[in-house]
Amino acid sequence: MLSRTADHVYWLGRYAERAEEIARTLDVQYRLSLLPHERSSDSVGWAIVLRTLGLEAAYAGRHERLEPHRVLDFLAFDADNPSSILSCLRAARENARAVRGAISSEMWETFNSTWLEARAQAPSRFTALNVAEFVDWVKYRAHLARGVVLASMLRDEGYHFMQIGTFLERTDSVARLLLIRIACEAAASENGAVAHDYYPWSVLLRGLSAFESFRRVSRDSVRPQRVMEFVILHRDVPRSIYRSANLVYENLQAVANAQSGETERRAGLLHAELRFGTMATLAPRGDERFLRDLLARTADLSDRIGRDFLGHVA
Amino acid sequence: MERPALPCDEMYTADGHVRPHYAVYADWLTRQADDTLRRKRAEADSLFHRVGITFAVYGEQDGNERLIPFDIVPRILSAEEWRRLADGLRQRVRALNAFIGDIYHGQEILAAGLLTPEQVFCNPQYRPEMQGMDVPGGIYAHIAGIDVVRAGAGEFYVLEDNLRVPSGVSYMLEDRKMMMRLFPELFSLNRVAPVEHYPDRLLENLASVAPAGVADPTVVVLTPGAHNSAYFEHAFLAQQMGVELVEGQDLIVRDGFVYMRTTQGPRRVDVIYRRIDDDFVDPLVFRPDSVLGVPGLMAAYRAGRVTVANALGTGIADDKSIYPYVPEMIRFYLGEAPLLENVPTRILRRKDDLAYALAHLDELVVKEVHGSGGYGMLVGPAASEAELEDFRLRILAAPEKYIAQPTLALSTCPTFVEQGVAPRHIDLRPFVLSGREVTIVPGGLTRVALRAGSLVVNSSQGGGTKDTWVLES
Repeated sequence: MLSRTADHVYWLGRYAERAEEIARTLDVQYRLSLLPHERSSDSVGWAIVLRTLGLEAAYAGRHERLEPHRVLDFLAFDADNPSSILSCLRAARENARAVRGAISSEMWETFNSTWLEARAQAPSRFTALNVAEFVDWVKYRAHLARGVVLASMLRDEGYHFMQIGTFLERTDSVARLLLIRIACEAAASENGAVAHDYYPWSVLLRGLSAFESFRRVSRDSVRPQRVMEFVILHRDVPRSIYRSANLVYENLQAVANAQSGETERRAGLLHAELRFGTMATLAPRGDERFLRDLLARTADLSDRIGRDFLGHVA
Repeated sequence: MERPALPCDEMYTADGHVRPHYAVYADWLTRQADDTLRRKRAEADSLFHRVGITFAVYGEQDGNERLIPFDIVPRILSAEEWRRLADGLRQRVRALNAFIGDIYHGQEILAAGLLTPEQVFCNPQYRPEMQGMDVPGGIYAHIAGIDVVRAGAGEFYVLEDNLRVPSGVSYMLEDRKMMMRLFPELFSLNRVAPVEHYPDRLLENLASVAPAGVADPTVVVLTPGAHNSAYFEHAFLAQQMGVELVEGQDLIVRDGFVYMRTTQGPRRVDVIYRRIDDDFVDPLVFRPDSVLGVPGLMAAYRAGRVTVANALGTGIADDKSIYPYVPEMIRFYLGEAPLLENVPTRILRRKDDLAYALAHLDELVVKEVHGSGGYGMLVGPAASEAELEDFRLRILAAPEKYIAQPTLALSTCPTFVEQGVAPRHIDLRPFVLSGREVTIVPGGLTRVALRAGSLVVNSSQGGGTKDTWVLES
């Protein structure tokens, strides 16, 4: 496969996933802001979201004050924010268009019509009243796209690169979602707020489409450490970090070339640590530290894949 | 001023009867309500948007990709009409390929005095880099788009030969797909010759001209990139053929061979179906500022290590200054009488033709010999006094730059416009493939001038397209 083509499908995977992840992050934070005991720290929560996503400066460049509805708009529809949902849908579509000959027609049509619909509805669709509706729409378009990819894309290198992009992005996003939660907890305890573990952590689980699964599997109440462990290590949870890292590794093996040995080793090591580790061995210096390291390792893998396969220059 | 004779209509005879090959369709059409047709057309538009069959408009944001308007009334040719046309097209393209080969080798046509050396060598489309070079099978124009119109009582005339990078075939295929989706019942009522195998034929054709000794050739489509107005077609053809769509930056020349950069390292390329102009193919030989091409490609090509389709330098045969001589070429190279006529053309470098043209400017269509796309053209009957005067001066300043043709009464075809079904002028671009043999998928791309009375069918100037049916007898 052409390096340039592989590069486009890789980014197609990343942007499509990022659009969905931003929607999920937004959903979680919005639901939290509706909980009575978190309401006072509403803007603190949104500040943490922006900081954890690395968008603090970009937001400050656009708006003077931190207001929830502006943050929502910034994350969902701001065309000048390259990480807004709309920008991600557009970037996914542009990458798909660049390789429309190398992916299935159904895939191209799906990404294209998602973008056309999002663009047509963006200015009118979104008010604080229908965040949930919009988030659901993005999620269902993502489900549709996943189904189309699964059912129509040739299992060639392009597929593997798209999967690598998707699951690197998901690893990164889920780690950030957990970091947001950790930071919010810290902020809440500073304010002396009473911690109601159930609500924020169950909202987090719902945001990951994993609430019912957690109930069935853990047979336990919603406690932070249990949720953390579940989201990071559980083998059967579709959005768990372990599972994403595993899929990155598997797909990387499928495209290995003469120069990719070291990248493969690093991906394999990450996979093995998550596969055989426990939270105690993985995060001896705390969950936050562990998650930050994870982000660095994901970024490292992305750089190396760019150099090994996609024609990027070091 | 005398108006041109009433144009003939594809569906109706002069006395208002439906032509036999349109009978089934016309009967069906009378039973359709305008509302239904309008709904179908809206459905077509939204499908074309979703599928992304759009062309980029330069200087506009990517949100503003436009559709080429699609008309839901098909253009229908009878089996007999098509047989005559196809025979003529095959003959014409064979002669054109022979001509290009001759120009770049022995130049017998110059020795015979049919053309002057100046007409060839002073033509910017002549590529000295091709002189003396052999190409596989002696084929230069592997893909030809021949623009044909009907005038008078319905005779076919060739208006223009497109032998460089003719486009539009994707619309031929997508229009058919759309018609079958919108009106499946029409295809059970009529025996319409299928066209969907074109990409298959194209791939076969390209593989057949691979460099000698390459058993399983790797074919690629070379595009200027996603911002080119015809990008959809490039991607579409690559996908339908199952080959890589490459940009110049994806190709490298190493040790005299052409390779593409892949995730598994460099891979040999044997045939390049290029959709970029000669000028941009290789910055070492042609425009040095080109970033679309591949440095060193021309050397590999000349050494016979890669085939480029269409060959470079084919423009020498489709230039408007050469066009008037094509019927002579057919006699000269094939020893046959031409089956298809040219539009009678006056060559203004000739004194008597020039005098005639200047006297009848308001009746004629005057074209710049190196212009294309409907630009640089005077349509006499539609021009103002000032425009006529302006063109008169331009012609007098450089008569060799112009040809003149009568204003043809192009045939019309019923077309669904705002007011309902009304006649609009059309042309036809069949696509002729030359490799081991010369083949044509039945039909081609019908373009229609959507404005009432307009004769200009170019998509850049408000033209639309129609599905083209060749009925099987």
